[in-house]
Amino acid sequence: MPVINLRVNGNPVSGEVEARTLLVQFLRDNLRLTGTHVGCDTSQCGACVVLMDGKSVKSCTMLAMMADDCDVTTIEGLANGSELHRMQQAFMDNHGLQCGFCTPGMIMSALDIVERNGNDLDEATIRRELTGNICRCTGYHNIVKAVKAGAKAMGD
Amino acid sequence: MATNGIGVSVRRKEDKRFLIGKGNYTDDINVVGQTYAIFVRSPHAHATINNIDTTDAEAAAGVVAVFTGDDLAADGIAPLICGVTVTSDDGEPHRAPAHPALAQGKVNYVGDHVAIVIAETLAQAKDAAEKVEVDYGILPAVTDTASAADEGQQQIHEAAPNNICFNWPLGDKQAVEAAFASAHKISTLDLVNNRMVTNPMEPRAALGEYNTGTEEITLHLTTQNPHLHRLVLSAFNQLAPEHKLRIVSTDVGGGFGAKIFIYAEELVVGWACRKVNRPVKWTSDRTEAFLSDAHGRDHVTSAEMALDEDGKFLAMRVMTRANVGAYLSTFGTMVPSYLYAFLFAGQYTTPLIYSEVKAVFTNTAPVDASRGAGRPEATFLLERLVDVAAADMGLDPVEIRRRNFIPVDAFPYQTPVVQCYDSGDYNAALDKALALADYDGFGARAEEAKSRGMLRGIGLSSYVEACGIAPSAAVGQLGAGVGLWESAQVRFNPTGNVQVFTGAHSNGQGHETTFAQLITELLGVPIEDVEVIHGDTAKTQFGMGTYGSRSLAVGGVAIAKACEKLIAKGKKIAAHALEAAEGDIEFADGNFTIAGTDKAMNIAEVAFNAYVPHSYPEGLEPGFDENAFFDPLNFSFPAGTHVCEVEVDPDTGVVEIIKYSAVDDFGKLINPMIVEGQVHGGIAHGVGQALLEGCRYDSEGQLITASFMDYAMPRADNVPNFDIDYAPTNPPDNPLGVKGCGEAGAIAAPPAVINAITNALGVKHIDMPATPENVWRAAQGAA
Amino acid sequence: MYDFSYHNPDSVAGAVSAMNKAEDGKFVAGGQTMLPTMKHRLASPSDIIVLGGIAELSGITVDGDSISIGAMTTHAEVAASSDVQAMIPALAALAANIGDPAVRNCGTIGGSVANNDPAADYPAAVIALGATVKTSKREISADDFFTGMFETALEEDELITAISFPKADAAAYMKFENPASRYAIVGVFVAKTGDDVRVGITGATPCAHRGMRLEGVLNSNFSGDALESVEIPVDKMNADIHASAEYRAHLVKVMTRRAVAACS
Repeated sequence: MPVINLRVNGNPVSGEVEARTLLVQFLRDNLRLTGTHVGCDTSQCGACVVLMDGKSVKSCTMLAMMADDCDVTTIEGLANGSELHRMQQAFMDNHGLQCGFCTPGMIMSALDIVERNGNDLDEATIRRELTGNICRCTGYHNIVKAVKAGAKAMGD
Repeated sequence: MATNGIGVSVRRKEDKRFLIGKGNYTDDINVVGQTYAIFVRSPHAHATINNIDTTDAEAAAGVVAVFTGDDLAADGIAPLICGVTVTSDDGEPHRAPAHPALAQGKVNYVGDHVAIVIAETLAQAKDAAEKVEVDYGILPAVTDTASAADEGQQQIHEAAPNNICFNWPLGDKQAVEAAFASAHKISTLDLVNNRMVTNPMEPRAALGEYNTGTEEITLHLTTQNPHLHRLVLSAFNQLAPEHKLRIVSTDVGGGFGAKIFIYAEELVVGWACRKVNRPVKWTSDRTEAFLSDAHGRDHVTSAEMALDEDGKFLAMRVMTRANVGAYLSTFGTMVPSYLYAFLFAGQYTTPLIYSEVKAVFTNTAPVDASRGAGRPEATFLLERLVDVAAADMGLDPVEIRRRNFIPVDAFPYQTPVVQCYDSGDYNAALDKALALADYDGFGARAEEAKSRGMLRGIGLSSYVEACGIAPSAAVGQLGAGVGLWESAQVRFNPTGNVQVFTGAHSNGQGHETTFAQLITELLGVPIEDVEVIHGDTAKTQFGMGTYGSRSLAVGGVAIAKACEKLIAKGKKIAAHALEAAEGDIEFADGNFTIAGTDKAMNIAEVAFNAYVPHSYPEGLEPGFDENAFFDPLNFSFPAGTHVCEVEVDPDTGVVEIIKYSAVDDFGKLINPMIVEGQVHGGIAHGVGQALLEGCRYDSEGQLITASFMDYAMPRADNVPNFDIDYAPTNPPDNPLGVKGCGEAGAIAAPPAVINAITNALGVKHIDMPATPENVWRAAQGAA
Repeated sequence: MYDFSYHNPDSVAGAVSAMNKAEDGKFVAGGQTMLPTMKHRLASPSDIIVLGGIAELSGITVDGDSISIGAMTTHAEVAASSDVQAMIPALAALAANIGDPAVRNCGTIGGSVANNDPAADYPAAVIALGATVKTSKREISADDFFTGMFETALEEDELITAISFPKADAAAYMKFENPASRYAIVGVFVAKTGDDVRVGITGATPCAHRGMRLEGVLNSNFSGDALESVEIPVDKMNADIHASAEYRAHLVKVMTRRAVAACS
C-alpha cells in the first residue's frame, strides 16, 4: 500500500493508506484523531472540516494521498496545553455548542473565515461564510455570536 | 443564591472536551479485533423476497459472516416492537404487523434491512454487500398518506386490512355536531403537515462486544435512553437477559427524538457480535440515515372551528390521516394520537372538540417522534385555523386569541381533551411578545417594504405543549408498556466531591451543567466538585432517558429528592458528630449547624464522617449516598407566544425572516443560557419545517430527498438572530417549579412563520415547506 | 468507494500519458464532485489522475483585454484575485458564491467547466463572456464547448489547461440557489461589450446555454423592461422537486432582469 507523509498538528506523521482512503478516515482511523467528524456523505455538513496548508477543506472530500506532504491542522491541534484557543474559548463563553458534533468543523471553518475576512466580522458575513457547516442544535444564533467574539479576541 | 446555583448562566462543564476534539461519540470508539458491518438494504419500496444468495458475499475478501432474517429467527430473536397501544374504533388494539429486524420474505420500504455483512474492514464489508444477491418480486408501492387506506389500494400487511393501523376517535361527536349546527360561523382549513427527517448531526452507530467469560454483551449505542434500549432488547427482542446486557452511550451528537427508538441495526449488531464472537461496529452514513432513521410528522388534515358572533370558539373538529410508515417504530402509535389530539385545546377555552385520527401504513420509512412529536402537528393546525377564523370574522389575530384565551385564574385548567394544564398566563406572554416584536409598528414597516416592492407579513403562534413526559399512571392508562418516572442517585465520595447518576441522558442539552447546578444550589457543593454520570447501564440505576423535554422536569426533580434524603441523613450524622439532637441541626449553604450556635460541619466533613463511622450508634447507617425516583402528578405545560415577521419577494417567492420574537413560560430557569440555546435550536428546527424541509418519496417509493443535496437543512443564512424573553408562571405540580424547554421552539415556530407568510400574501393558507416556488405560486394566485 | 490506482503527475504530458495507459481513467481536479460520486459508488474509475501537482495548470494572468485562469485555480483564488476583481468583477463574485468556503478552497474552475454539471455556475460565465477553453490539445470556443448534460467537447484524454475570459464592459451574474445543495436552480450571467450582449444561462436546462432570445431583445434595448415580451420556452426547462419548469422559466427572466440592472 502507498505511504503518505504529512504533518498533522505540527507533528510529522506517516501511514499506509489505500488509494481510496479519505483524509478523514486517515485522521480518525489511522491517527485516532476522532475530533474530526463525519456527518454526511455529500460535502454539505462540514463536520469534517480541517485546515490544510492553512485553508479549510472538507476532509471527507479529499483523498488521504492528496494530503501527502501537506500541513494539516485538526481541532486537536488548536489548544495550547490546557489553554483553549481564543476561538474555542469564544464558543464556550457564548454557548456556541450543544451536542458538540458539528463544533470542531465550525471552529475550523471559523478560523478560515477570520483568516480571509479579518477580526472584525459582521453578522451577515459570518452567516454567509458558515453555509458549509450544518448545526441542528443551536439555531446558529450563538455560533454566530461566538465566531464574532472569537474573531475579535484573535485580533487582541 | 449559590454562586453557580439555580438561575445562573454557568458555562457548560461538558464543553471543554467537545471544544478540543475529545468528545467520545460512539463512532469514536474502537476496540481490539473489531469487525465492520454493512446492512444490505432493499432498493425496492415493496417486494417479496424470493431468494437470498449469500454465497459470493461469504467468499469475498475479508468477510467474517453474512446473516439474514432466517439466522436471527433461528436464534429466537424476536421482532421489533411498538411500545404503546392505541385502541381503534372497533374496540381492538391497533394493528401491529410483525417488524422483523432482518426481512422475513418481504421488504416494505426502500432501506428495509435484508442482511448484515460483517468483514475485517469497512471497505471489504461494502464490497461484499454488493455481492449479496436478492431475488425480489416487485409489488406496487403505497406512498401517499391521504389515499393509503382507500378502496383498492395495494395491501402492505395481511395483519392490517386496508393499510389501517388504527382509527382513533376522541371527544363527543354528537355534541360537537350540535355546536357546529348552531354556530354563527364555521372556519375550515385543509392542510398537510410535511414529513421531516430528524437529522441529528451525528449519524446513528452501534458497536457490540461479547465477553465469552461473563457472557455479557456490551452494546455501545447512539441512544437517548440506554435503559429503555436494554429493557426492550432484553424483554421483547430476547437479545440477552437484562443483567447480561450493558448499553453504553457516551456522547450523543444530537437526538431530537430520532435516537429514542430501538432500531433493527442495534438489535442485529448486538446479536451478531455474540454470533461471530468478535466486536462488530456499524456506523450509519447520511444516506442510510435518510433511508432508515424513523422520520417525523406526515399528516393530512381537515379542521373546522365553529364560532359565535363574538368570535368565541364553540367547537372544533379535526380529521387526520397520519402516516406511520411501513412498520410501527417504538412509539409510532403514540405520536399521532395522545401526543397530538390531547393538545387540540391549545391556549383556548374551546369547550367541545372531536377528532378522528386514521393512522395508515405506507411503503415508507417508519414515522415516529421528531422534536415536538405530535405537538407541532396539533399546534400548526390550531394556530393556522385560528388565523383563518380571525380572517373569517374580520378580527385581528391578536384579538381573536385574547377573546378565547384560558384566563389566568382558571388554572389548573381541565381541557375537553384529557389534559389538565398546570399553570399559565397567556395574556402576559402575548403582551410581552407583541412588545418585543413591535407589533404596533408593523404597519409602517410593511409600508416601507411595499415601497421597495416587497411584501411584509407578521404572524403569531400562541402555543401550549405537554412535556416533561411522565406520569406513569397517565401513560399507563393510555396503553404505554413502561412507566415514565425518572431516577437519580447522588453519591458523596469520602473526600467530599459528588457523583450524580441520572437516568436521563444528554444528547446536547447540557445536563452535566444544569444538574450540577442543582447540587450546588441544594447541597452547597462547589460546582467543580460535582460530576454528572449518565448513559451507561452498568454505572447508573434504571432510568427512562431523555425525550419529551423531561430531563429537568422529571429527572431534575429526582435529583432534588435524593438531595433531600442526603440532607435528612446528614442531619443525623451531624447530630451524632456534634453531639446534638437531630432536631437541632439545620442545613444551609452546605453546612449542618446546631441551631443558634456557630457549631457546624460542612457537608464534605459529614460525607467523610459517614464513610469513617468509627463510633456510630446502632441505627445510624454509614455511607452518604442516596437515590430517589420521581413520578410526577402531571405533565408540564410550557406555553408562550412567538411572533415572526417576514419579507416576501413576490418576484421569486423567497421568504426572509426579518425578526423572530419568542416569549415563553418555562417556569423557573436553572441555567438561562442553556434554556435560551434550547429555544434557539427549536425555533430553527421549526423554521426548517416551515420553509425548507420536506421529505419526499416518489410514487414508486424511492426516497427523492436522500441527502443534504436535496433535503434542505436550515443553515446559518436561513435564520436571523432570535429575540427571546420569558413570562414564567409557577407550575404547582413540579417541586422545582420548572417546565420543559427543548421542544417549544419547534412547536411554536411553524405556524408563526406560515401565519406571517399568509399575512404577507393575503392568502388563506400555504403548505409547508413554503418553498420559494410555493410562495411564488401563492403570490400569483393572490395578485 | 471502489479502489483504484492513484497517479499524481507533475506535468500535463504526464497526466495525458497516465490517462492513455489507464483502462478507465478519470482526471481529478479539486475532487469536490468526483469524490462524492465515487463515495456513493456511482463511478468506479480504474485510475485517478490528480492534477494538483501540475504547476503549469495554476495561476491567473492578464493578457491585454483578457484574463487567463489556469484550470487548477480554485474558486477561492478566483474570488480573491485582484486581477479578476478589477477586470471582470462579476466573475470574481460568481466564484465567491460557489458551494461554501471549504469547497471553494478545493474546487477548481477547470474541474467545474469540464464536469459541466447542469447546475454549475461557471459554465454560464464561460458562455456569456465568450471565453476560450484552452486544452492540452487545442482551443475551444465557449459556444462549442458545452455539448450536453455532463458532456463537453473534451476528448477522453484531453484536459483543460486554462480558460481565457475577454473583458466585458459590464457583466453580472444572478444566481437563484437550490436551498439544499446551493447549486444554481437558475443562474444567469449577462455580459455587455460595446453593443453586444451575451447571456449565459445555467441550471434551467440540461446544459448551460446562451439565451439567444434574451440577447436578441437586450441587443436592441438593454433594459429589464425589454424582457417582458420574451417567451422562455417552458418545455425546455428542467423540472425537479425544487423547481418546476414553469417556475424555472419565470426565474430565468427575473434573474436576467436583475443581472441587467446590476450591469447598468
